[in-house]
Amino acid sequence: MDTQGSAFSSLAPLEPLMDKCVHCGFCLSTCPSYLLNGQEMDSPRGRIYLMRGGVQDRVAMSGTVVEHFDTCLGCMACETACPSGVRYAPLIEETRAAIERHHQRPLADRLFRRALFLILPYPRRLRLLAWPLATVHVLKRSPRVLAALPARIRHLIALAPQRPAGGPTAGDVPERTAAIGERRRRVGLVTGCVQRVFYGHVNQASARVLAAEGCEVTAPRRQGCCGALALHAGRDEDARQFARDLIRTFDGERWDSIVINAAGCGSTMKGYGELLKDDPAWAERARAFSSKVRDISETLSELLPPRAPRRQLPLRVGYHDACHLAHAQGVRAQPRRLLESIPGVTLVPLADAEICCGSAGIFNLVEPEMAAELGRRKIARLAEATPDVVVTSNPGCMLQMTTHARTAGHTFRIVHLAELLAESLTS
Amino acid sequence: MDQRFLDELGAVVAPGGLLTDAADLFTYESDALVHLRATPGAVVLPVSADEVQAVVRLCHRAGVPFVARGHGTGLSGGALPVEDGVVIGLSRLNRILDVDIPNLRVTVEPGVTNLEITRRVSPFGCYYAPDPSSQIVCSIGGNIAENSGGAHCLKYGFTVHHVLGVEAVLPNGDNVHIGGAALDLPGLDLLSVIVGSEGTLAVVTKATLRILRRPEAVLTLLAGFESIDLAGEAVSAIIGRGIVPAAVEMMDRLTIQAAEAAVQPRFPDANAVLIVELDGPQAEVDEQFAVVESVCRAQGATSMEIARDQAHRERIWRGRKAAFAAMGRVSPNYYVQDGVVPRTKLPEVLRRIRDLEARSGLRIGNVFHAGDGNLHPLICYDASVPGQAEHAEKVASEILLYCIEAGGSLTGEHGVGADKKAYMPKMFSTDDLDAMHLVRCAFDPAGLCNPGKVFPTPRLCGEVPGPYRQHPLERAGVVERF
Ligand SMILES: Cc1cc2nc3c(=O)[nH]c(=O)nc-3n(C[C@H](O)[C@H](O)[C@H](O)COP(=O)(O)OP(=O)(O)OC[C@H]3O[C@@H](n4cnc5c(N)ncnc54)[C@H](O)[C@@H]3O)c2cc1C
Ligand code: SF4
Ligand code: SF4
Repeated sequence: MDTQGSAFSSLAPLEPLMDKCVHCGFCLSTCPSYLLNGQEMDSPRGRIYLMRGGVQDRVAMSGTVVEHFDTCLGCMACETACPSGVRYAPLIEETRAAIERHHQRPLADRLFRRALFLILPYPRRLRLLAWPLATVHVLKRSPRVLAALPARIRHLIALAPQRPAGGPTAGDVPERTAAIGERRRRVGLVTGCVQRVFYGHVNQASARVLAAEGCEVTAPRRQGCCGALALHAGRDEDARQFARDLIRTFDGERWDSIVINAAGCGSTMKGYGELLKDDPAWAERARAFSSKVRDISETLSELLPPRAPRRQLPLRVGYHDACHLAHAQGVRAQPRRLLESIPGVTLVPLADAEICCGSAGIFNLVEPEMAAELGRRKIARLAEATPDVVVTSNPGCMLQMTTHARTAGHTFRIVHLAELLAESLTS
Repeated sequence: MDQRFLDELGAVVAPGGLLTDAADLFTYESDALVHLRATPGAVVLPVSADEVQAVVRLCHRAGVPFVARGHGTGLSGGALPVEDGVVIGLSRLNRILDVDIPNLRVTVEPGVTNLEITRRVSPFGCYYAPDPSSQIVCSIGGNIAENSGGAHCLKYGFTVHHVLGVEAVLPNGDNVHIGGAALDLPGLDLLSVIVGSEGTLAVVTKATLRILRRPEAVLTLLAGFESIDLAGEAVSAIIGRGIVPAAVEMMDRLTIQAAEAAVQPRFPDANAVLIVELDGPQAEVDEQFAVVESVCRAQGATSMEIARDQAHRERIWRGRKAAFAAMGRVSPNYYVQDGVVPRTKLPEVLRRIRDLEARSGLRIGNVFHAGDGNLHPLICYDASVPGQAEHAEKVASEILLYCIEAGGSLTGEHGVGADKKAYMPKMFSTDDLDAMHLVRCAFDPAGLCNPGKVFPTPRLCGEVPGPYRQHPLERAGVVERF
């Protein structure tokens, strides 16, 4: 552990960002942790105040303070809400890194987090775990056994998807998918970690839709994690290493775009330029990489109107904005435009659309109670709109919402945008 | 703060409802007026009216001052804690208890936000009329305490015209019902006493509010002008023609730029914009619009844009509502002033403000509810430049004097709070203030309920910061409390 300077001293260069906060409170009402906990320290304004207090040595990095940063979901709804243009993302990222460097968490917490980071960012390890996870569904039917387990493990089990992708390579996308018809784009597809293991069919659907719209899709076989999970947990060194590895994987070919279908990964990859700006060997490459990154909805909406014939899907569709797409990347209109391009689809508005579903990276694993409450609320709002299908753009949101929809007994499907688009392809 | 007292507080609120950690208390130092700060001894976050009552009873018994707080967006330091006193945060009392559409009313807890009410009733074609710019986050409890208003108060009135009744805990811990469902109740009108009392008379724990049916037609006009003066004359001419628009708002070049940078409302490139909203039956709106349009043309409007649908209207209002907070885009710090002048004196006061701007070297933006002469000058400064914050404060207070001299008021809607109490004697005579003080003492003889706010000088009722101390005259038996 680093003992140089005060625990918050690495935030000092970010003070100008904090000074942008005029303490108006406009960000409070869409902050999920403030909504649940109703206390200033769990609001964006309060957290920024604590950061500033930390830099000015008026606040020490105690367990209590760390808790208030841990309850932040990193959903960035506060950036959307802030009229003063406060950039909260760099602030919370640096704060988390400072916490990891200076704060000793309780042993159980440390071990749990370490275990998560030994598994989650590695698709092959995750896949090994996926099978036993599937069998734990049996456990869901034995409440007494369940009750005996620690809360976090219980929630982990609750979240385990019903059907992990089949055998060791099932759900993988072919390394190359040729464009159908005249080629309009050459794109690299990032296949993600959680996405690849639990939602392989989403990647396959993505490749199909992209190809149908004239993209030649390449999905490099040996790609790793993008580093989002590490970055959001304050493991910035790990995140930088993941970033370098991924950039290397995609180096050497001339892409029109590097496409991703997971919102959390997309926002991180768009930030590689910033993440590696102090690394002279990588800064330029990272910037170049970031400038090519597109969410799949961005690439597809550039190619509208659709070239591939679409069939009728007579459905009421609710589009759930993934936080890391809407708040972090400002991508809201494109997915909706794409959904409207499917004949028969009626888009229904969803209440409290700007509030996080509670998934938020590893948040639903480390803060299970809060995450579950947000999940329940989200599903209640979704259900009010009586949709046939809820569409979103992030594997974490899909896991979280599916779990809570099933628990609440709802039958509407929850699918990725690419899946519904693929369904509407006639061939 | 005394540990026994803290233990007692902890015992009457649900787990997690008492904050005493230094870092936690630190975040409650101030509301949206950040240069006034004080660290409370404890923050309680009750989840029921009973808990509020129990907390107030304990404070009353121990003589500890307490301050109610909604979501801390006040701009006059109303929720500024008393050093070592208790803050009663009402953020967790946030349930909408009853929605009664046939009778057009809702009953809510005080921590419910203003906008939440409109959201809840809008599927029924209704809305809650008072619309402070901070409506997305400010609480109904705070609105009641400040008698908050917004752009549409010109036609529809302030909070006081929309509160039917409240339940509140008096400073001695008694729970009272004030007002009720009927529009005109017998007895003293205590409701109007509570509304606007800035948390100095009671802690509101429940409120029944009037909601309105949405008007048949709404039309919003955005017009650009060569100068603030021309825009101001347009406002006078519109009202002079017997029209009461739902709202008339004005913004100057600096605030237009800030809003543009923040939320891109696509305002015209002009020295002043006027937003005029008309609502009511379609025929009436059409008729009035013709008049408004011709008036604006006559005053040389450089552009006119008409919003007939919700999305377009929202875009225009977003620009107006973000204006204060958006100043953060064009200046490191800013000070929001809030004063009122008779509408006819607007040009004169604005001229004085412009002279002051030139003299002071600080940029001053102007946003105002032009219809009712409520000015919001925004004084830009840089706190990192030594002395500039104080300078800005002086400039802001000079503007207040202009307002008072013009026969206006030292606050339109943000309240007196801790910030402006020193100006009260400039507006009220000693007798006027004494009359208010008598009311205050009747509710709160021990001076424990949000002391140090509104009233200019510490007075007999114990307006001393810190735990209550007996007044020397009282101790000597010369006076007794009432
Ligand atoms: C950017 C910005 C724009 C604004 N625009 C407007 C505007 O257009 N119009 C306007 O009127 N105001 C405006 N305000 C000021 C502010 O939002 C209002 O005064 C609002 O009513 C405060 O609500 P709050 O919940 O934040 O209360 P707080 O700031 O927490 O408290 C305000 C006062 O109310 C008292 N109080 C709070 N709850 C209770 C309760 N339950 N019982 C008794 N007393 C209580 C407090 O003691 C304090 O004196 C603006 C503020 C900001 C930051
Ligand atoms: S909305 Fe922005 S400026 Fe206002 S309190 Fe939140 S972060 Fe600060
Ligand atoms: S990122 Fe989300 S949870 Fe964190 S402070 Fe902002 S709004 Fe709140």
